[in-house]
Formats: sequence, C-alpha cells, structure tokens
Amino acid sequence: MIGPFLVQAGQMALVLLAAPLLTGLVRKVKARVQRRRGASVLQPYRDLRRLLSKEIVLAHNASWLFRTAPYLIFALTWVAAALIPTFATGLIFSWTGDLIAIIALLGAARFLLALAGMDIGTSFGGIGASREVMIASLAEPAMLMIILSLALIAGSTQLSTIAAFMLSPEAGLRVSLALSLLAFVVVALAENARIPVDNPATHLELTMVHEAMVLEYSGRHLAMIELAASLKLLVMISTMACIFFPFGLVTGDAGAGRYLIGIGAYLLKLAIAGTVLGCFEMSIAKMRVFRVPNLLGGALMLGLLATLLLFVSVGL
Amino acid sequence: MIIPTLLCPLLLCAIGIAAAASFAGEACRRERVLPAIYGASALLCALIAVLALASLGAAPSTITLPLGLPWVGARFRLDALSAFFLFVAGLGGAGASVYAIGYGRHETAPHRVLPFYPVFLAGLFLVLLADDAFTFLFDWELMSLASWALVIAHHRDPANTYAGYVYLLMAAFSGFTLLLAFGLLSGGTGGYSFDAMRAAHPSAVLAAPVLLLALLGAGSKAGLMPLHAWLPLAHPAAPSHVSALMSGVMTKVAVYAFIRIIFDLLGTTPWWTAVIVLALGGATAVLGVLYALMQHDLKRLLAYHTVENIGIIFIGLGLAMAFRANGFAAGAALALTAALFHVFNHAVFKSLLFFGAGAVLTATGERDMEHLGGLIHRMRISSFAFLVGCAAISALPPLNGFVSEWLTFQAILLRPDLPQWGLKIAIPADGALLALAAALAAACFVKAYGVTFLGRPRTAAAANAQDVDRFSLGTMLVFAAICLLAGMFPGAVIDMLAPVSTALLQARMPTQLGLPWETIIPIAASRSSYNGLLIFAFIASSTGIAVWAIHRFASHAVRRGPAWDCGFPDPSPITQYSADSFAQPIRRVFGASVFRSRETILMPPPGDLRPARIEKFSRDLIWDVCYAPVGTAVATAAQALNRLQFLTIRRYLAFVFLALIALLLALALWQ
Repeated sequence: MIGPFLVQAGQMALVLLAAPLLTGLVRKVKARVQRRRGASVLQPYRDLRRLLSKEIVLAHNASWLFRTAPYLIFALTWVAAALIPTFATGLIFSWTGDLIAIIALLGAARFLLALAGMDIGTSFGGIGASREVMIASLAEPAMLMIILSLALIAGSTQLSTIAAFMLSPEAGLRVSLALSLLAFVVVALAENARIPVDNPATHLELTMVHEAMVLEYSGRHLAMIELAASLKLLVMISTMACIFFPFGLVTGDAGAGRYLIGIGAYLLKLAIAGTVLGCFEMSIAKMRVFRVPNLLGGALMLGLLATLLLFVSVGL
Repeated sequence: MIIPTLLCPLLLCAIGIAAAASFAGEACRRERVLPAIYGASALLCALIAVLALASLGAAPSTITLPLGLPWVGARFRLDALSAFFLFVAGLGGAGASVYAIGYGRHETAPHRVLPFYPVFLAGLFLVLLADDAFTFLFDWELMSLASWALVIAHHRDPANTYAGYVYLLMAAFSGFTLLLAFGLLSGGTGGYSFDAMRAAHPSAVLAAPVLLLALLGAGSKAGLMPLHAWLPLAHPAAPSHVSALMSGVMTKVAVYAFIRIIFDLLGTTPWWTAVIVLALGGATAVLGVLYALMQHDLKRLLAYHTVENIGIIFIGLGLAMAFRANGFAAGAALALTAALFHVFNHAVFKSLLFFGAGAVLTATGERDMEHLGGLIHRMRISSFAFLVGCAAISALPPLNGFVSEWLTFQAILLRPDLPQWGLKIAIPADGALLALAAALAAACFVKAYGVTFLGRPRTAAAANAQDVDRFSLGTMLVFAAICLLAGMFPGAVIDMLAPVSTALLQARMPTQLGLPWETIIPIAASRSSYNGLLIFAFIASSTGIAVWAIHRFASHAVRRGPAWDCGFPDPSPITQYSADSFAQPIRRVFGASVFRSRETILMPPPGDLRPARIEKFSRDLIWDVCYAPVGTAVATAAQALNRLQFLTIRRYLAFVFLALIALLLALALWQ
C-alpha cells in the first residue's frame, strides 16, 4: 500500500523531472518535422545545468522584486502543478485548492513575471509585459468559463472530483465538453506562449511576448524562469489530460503495480501531447499580435456558450 | 451595547466642533491640534470597531434619543448588519486616522480638513446606526456635506472645485431618490420608522419603484454605473486619507443602504429585480476596470477600481436576490456572504492602496504616473505594502481578494436550474463579466505598480523621493497584514458574517472554523474547498526549497552591469513604457467599442525632418450620453426662464393670478 503522502511527494518530483523532458520532446519533434536532426531531448536539462553554473549579470537598477520574482514564479507554478492529479487522484492535499485556485496561482505567477519585466525599465520588458497582460486579460476569463462549464457538468470545481466524474460512465459525450476542449486548447496555447500566439524560439523580434519579458534575466534566475515555463506547459497538458482524457488515472487506494501503470499512462499522454503540439506548431504561422484577441475572444465565447448551454439545458 | 457605540460618533462630532473652534480662535498651536484630533478619531474608530465586533452575534438593541424632530425623537438600532458595517467603517476610519497623523503634517490647509474630518466619520457611523427615515437621511446628508467640504479642501485648484460641484449635485440626487424610496416604503400609514416599514410589506407594484429608487440613491453614492461620474473626480481631489475613507468606507455605507432597504425593509423581491441588479453589477465591474486602465493619474485609477469592486459586490447581491426570490435561502446566504466578504476586503485593500498613493504624493508631489517610476528603490516599505494591495485587489491567492471572488464564483455555479429564463442567461453572463473584470484588474495593477514603482525614475522628483513617516508606513503594513491574514483564515470572516445572513435571510453558510487546517468548504467537500493557509505555506516552502537548492548547488556569482535591452539600451528614461503605452494594446482591443477610441499616425514624407506623430482620441460615452444632455437641457431651460426675471410687476401679478386659477381648476377637477 502506498500512502497518499508518498503519492503527493512522488507527483511533485515527477512533474519537476518530466517538465524539461516535455520541452525537449516538443523541440525535437519540431526539428524532425523541419527535417533537421535537432538537439537531444535531454538538451533542456543541459541548458538548466549550464545556466545554474553561470554568474548572473544584473542590471544596475534591478530591485529586490527582480531578484525574488524567479523563485516565487517557480514556486507558484510548482504548487499549481502539485494540485493536479497527474497519475493518481488520491493526492493528500488535493482539497487545498480547486481548479479556480490553480488558475489563479498561474495568474499570480504571470503577475509577478510581468512586473519583473517592467523592473529594469527597458522598452523590451515593457512591450512584453504590456502584451502579456493583454493576452491574459482574455485568456484568463476564457479559462474561467471553461472551468464553470466543467464544474456544472461534474458538479464540482475540485479537479479530483471532475476526473472521477469523467472516468464514470455518466460523463458521456456532450456538446459543452467539446466546446470546452476546443477553447481549452486555444487558451493553453496562449498561456504557454506557443505558436500562433507567441513564438518560444525567437529572440530579437518585435512580436515576442514571453521572451521579451525575461530578456534581462541571466544565470540561475533564468534557469528558474525556464524551468517554470516548462512546468507551466506541463501543468496545462496535465490539466487537459486529467479533465478530458483521464484514462489510466489511479483512483482510490491501489497497489504499486497500479501506480506504475498510472505513471506510464501519464507519461504516454505527455508524449502524445508533446508530439501533437510540435506538429501543430510547425503547421501554422504565428499571428499578428492584434489578431490574437480575435482568437482568444473566440475561446471566451466558446466557453460562455458551453456554460450558457448547460444553464439553459438543465431544466429541460 | 448601543449606548457606547452611539456615544462615539457624537463625540466625534464634538471633536469636529472643537477643532473648528480652535482654528477660529487660534487658541492653540496647530502642530498640537493635528495629532490630538487624528489620535482621538483613531481611538474612537477603533473603539467602534471593537464594540461592533462584540455585538455582532448579540440581539438587536434600540434606543430613541430626544433629538431631531420634536416629540418623535431619533431612533437608533444596532443589529448584525449595522454591526458588520460599523466594524468595517471603524477599521477603515481607525487606519485612515492613524495614517493621517503622519500624512496630515504636509497638509497646506489644515483648517479646511481638521474640523470636517471627525464630522465625516461621525456621519458614516450614524448612518449605519439610524433606525428611521429622518435620522437616516439627516446622517446621510451630514456624511455627504462633510465629505464635500473635504473634497474642496484645496479649492484653489479649479479641478477640485469642479469635482466638488459634481459631487454635491450627485449627493443631492442620491439623497432625493432615497427620500422618495423611504416615502414609498412608509406608504399610506406614514410610519417613518424602519420598524413600521418592515411591518408594512409593500405590494409587488410598489416593490419595483422602491428598488429602482434605492438603486439610484444608493447606487449613485456607491458608484454604480452610469451614476459613478462624481467618484473619479472627487476621490482624487480629497486628501489621501479622506480618499481612502471615501473609497473604502463611504461607498460601503451606500452598499449598506441598499442592503438595508432591499433585504431588510422591502422583503422578498420578484425575480426580475435580480436581473436588473445583476446586469448593472456586471456592467459596472467591467466598465469600471476598463476606465481604470485608461487612467494615468494614480488616485483616479484607484477611484475607478472602486467602481469596479462595487460592481463585483452588486453581482453578489444580485445573486442573493435571485436565490431569495426562488426560495433558496442557503444559496442566498452564500451569495450575500460573498458580497459582504468583498465589502470587507475592498475596504481593507482600497484603503491600503490610497494610503500608498498618498505616500507617493507626499514623497514626490506627483499623482501622475507618467512622472514617476523607480520608487521601489527609494520607498522600500511603501512599495512593498502597495504591492501586497495590488496583488490582493487583483484576486491573487493566497490574499483576501481571491477568496471573495472565489465565493462569488461558487455562488454563480450553485444553481443552474433556476426556473426563470432571464436568470438562466444573466447568471452565467455575469460569471463571464466577473472573470473578465478580475483579469483586467490584474492587468491594470501590473500597469499601476510597474509604471509607478518599477523601472527608472522619469522625473527628478521621483528620483529623489524619500520614504514617508512611521505612522503612514505602520498603517500600510498593518493593512497589508490584514489582507494576508484574511486570505489565510477566510473561515473566520465567513463565520463573522453568519449572524448577518441569519438576520436577513434566516439562513447561513455552514460553520467554517474548526474544519481541519482552516479549510473553507462553502457547500460540500465534494463540490469545492479552498485553503489559503496551506496555499500560503506551500508557496513559502516551495520558494524556500528553490532558494535553498539554488544557493546550495548553483553558482553564487553576481555581476552588476548596464541593462542588456538587446544590446541597444537607451539612457533616457522616456524610452520606458509609460502608463499610456502600457494600456495601448488593451485600449485597442476593448476601447474601440467602449471608448470609441482610435489612433492616427502622422508620418512625414521621406526627406521631411518633422517628427512622426501619433494622436489618440477617445470619448467618455457615459458622460456624453447620460450627463452632457442633462446639463445642456438644464442650461437651456435656465436660459429660457431667465426672461422671467425682468418682467413688470403687472406681469408677475398676472402670473400669480393664472397660477391660482390653474390650481383651483385642478382641485375642482380632482374632486
């Protein structure tokens, strides 16, 4: 028998270890689609190690906020990741926060990152922060509408309850679920600064958002930010997997073998999602920044439609 | 309990009169008067907060004083609802008074502030205690007039006089509509005590106009759109501790008036009234924050955020009305608790933010964010406290703003099966508007904090700022701590609100204190739960782990150098993002419809040495549609009536005669 505490600890370690691997996988897939060989999937680990061993070059007017933000951003993202049932629902602290709280934790991380981008007082930091909050001002409500529709279907905002409901035969196929999934994919792309909203591979380009905010970071600070970004991608994919594809999730108490199967299923889901994301990013062009609101507004409307549909159909 | 509670505002009035007398006679040194007055006010406010907290669970107590109208006296009552709002007002008042001990020293015209400040506080408290229409309206006007005097304290600035003028008009309007509302409530019996109104139970036909009048009267004081016009003018004009009181407390007193009339005096309202409140609340929340995003005056930005938060509170109240109309008391209790929780939260963090803005004003003499920047280096403590306030109002966990918005979301999710179609559409639409408002608020406070406190100083005043005095800093830190504590132990606040919802709705939320680890579970554990304490502990411990691991295993080297900025750093601080440019993407996304905003770029032809120009245009549609036509109509009518001033005596006599005939005719036809 494996105690819930061990499950929680195992999950926190697993997400931390798997996050750079996922980023490496996406990069590898993108390279393969471009018929390049690409760096090894382990390259993000090497990057982190390299960044950790380098000295920090800090701007003269960097404040305490700039220096503490990377750690806080990492911590907030990690706590959010710890609350999501990745391979098992029996997390000991899953009742600490529901899906709304998880999204709010990611929002807090973004709040700090945008502030850190403005701290040095360069125009790149400002442009990144300004665009980031513009994108977030639509992505966050879209996400909340998705959560509302899911909560109405499952009767709960707790992720573990939602996952258990989705595993049960009552879930079935619903129009609202399809709308939510579509909106979720759009929001997840925007939240993680992926193409078509932002390009994680560019530098020195006026269209960049996330990379512009973190431009002044170096050394171990940058390592923390990079790790947090990888972790956030993993959080989004895990949330989607937990809600829409909860197969293989361990519910209740089970033996070690069952947990191994759960972890295997989770890693498989991550691999599939990473591959799909890489292929998708290679098949689409980046949008102009002022076309992004149309895309996200569409996601918001889909989420609202899904919620309205549930409100309207419940009495019928 | 009511006698000592009532004594405090009366003493405050006396202090105000004493202050006025001391200035009139120049009897004593002003340096001694200031701390004495603010100190005494702080003590009395704190006393009220403590007394209110103690009487929250107690049975209502009433008293009739031989004041006011002859033979009937002035009735006062202290019940759970009054007690909660007294607690909020006492807390805000105590904070503002302590803050003012330091802040007020920089006041250039103390004789225009000191006499009115205690009277304003007394007005706030007395409104909350009043138990008949006359006393209520008298105290309401006392509060309005005293605050008006504080708004025009610096009357040499034409902007302030204008703000005072608009404020006075709107205050008169709100008093007038409330008078009519109470008139309708007292009905044919003419009983103007609240007890008589409670017993009267007006018919459904009367409920609609009463609701409308209460919305107009309380809404215009609270800042409900489109009646908010005075608020962003008046709040920045007043001295900062008064701004904090007006935004943090006075708007809450208006919310109290609405709750008192709708939930207590009127009784159950039909379901469609909830749709009106929900629609107004949702629109106010989103429009308020959009207006805030367009501002570059720090205090005006905060004032528009008050409008937004009033919208959020009214969303909660609308939900409570919807649930109550459908006989779903438990849901109504949850929604009302969420709204009142937000009342408390907003009073705390908005006071904190106005204190911060006041500190910036003291340190630099600037309210315009475009002239600030880099204050985090010079004003370390103020900037930290302001950051906590920004995070709290942006509804970020583990602070208090998140909890009340989370509770509101839980209330929205509670009952999708209400039978009325209007509610089926209004409630999820309000969910979307609330989510939008929360996200935009975060954007706005990134802007407010980033431009004011971060980056490089844009002017010499910002570069040479010094942190403010200990009283101000202490108050700000205490309020920041309250933000964190209320976020970590939300169960305590929810349980504090239980007597209020029991008194108004005969239902309450489940008891929260005593649950393991201070979790809050609004409905059932399987539905939703939140634990601010553990979230805070997790964030703290994960940060600790990260910091420890990094400092144990990674490089320690730090080298200071010039900013990188992609290799092309510009030494001029004007090249930073300003408040206006920061909001430009959002203005472009939302502003085209809301503000009719557009930009034109004038690019000189090649070879021309003139600089390129960007011009932006935007309109305040609410002002143009709701206020400007009224102003024009009044001016035109006055112009037309002006002719009557210059008539001969014969004409005047003819008018009097005609009027008499008309009245007699009307009387004859009436019979």
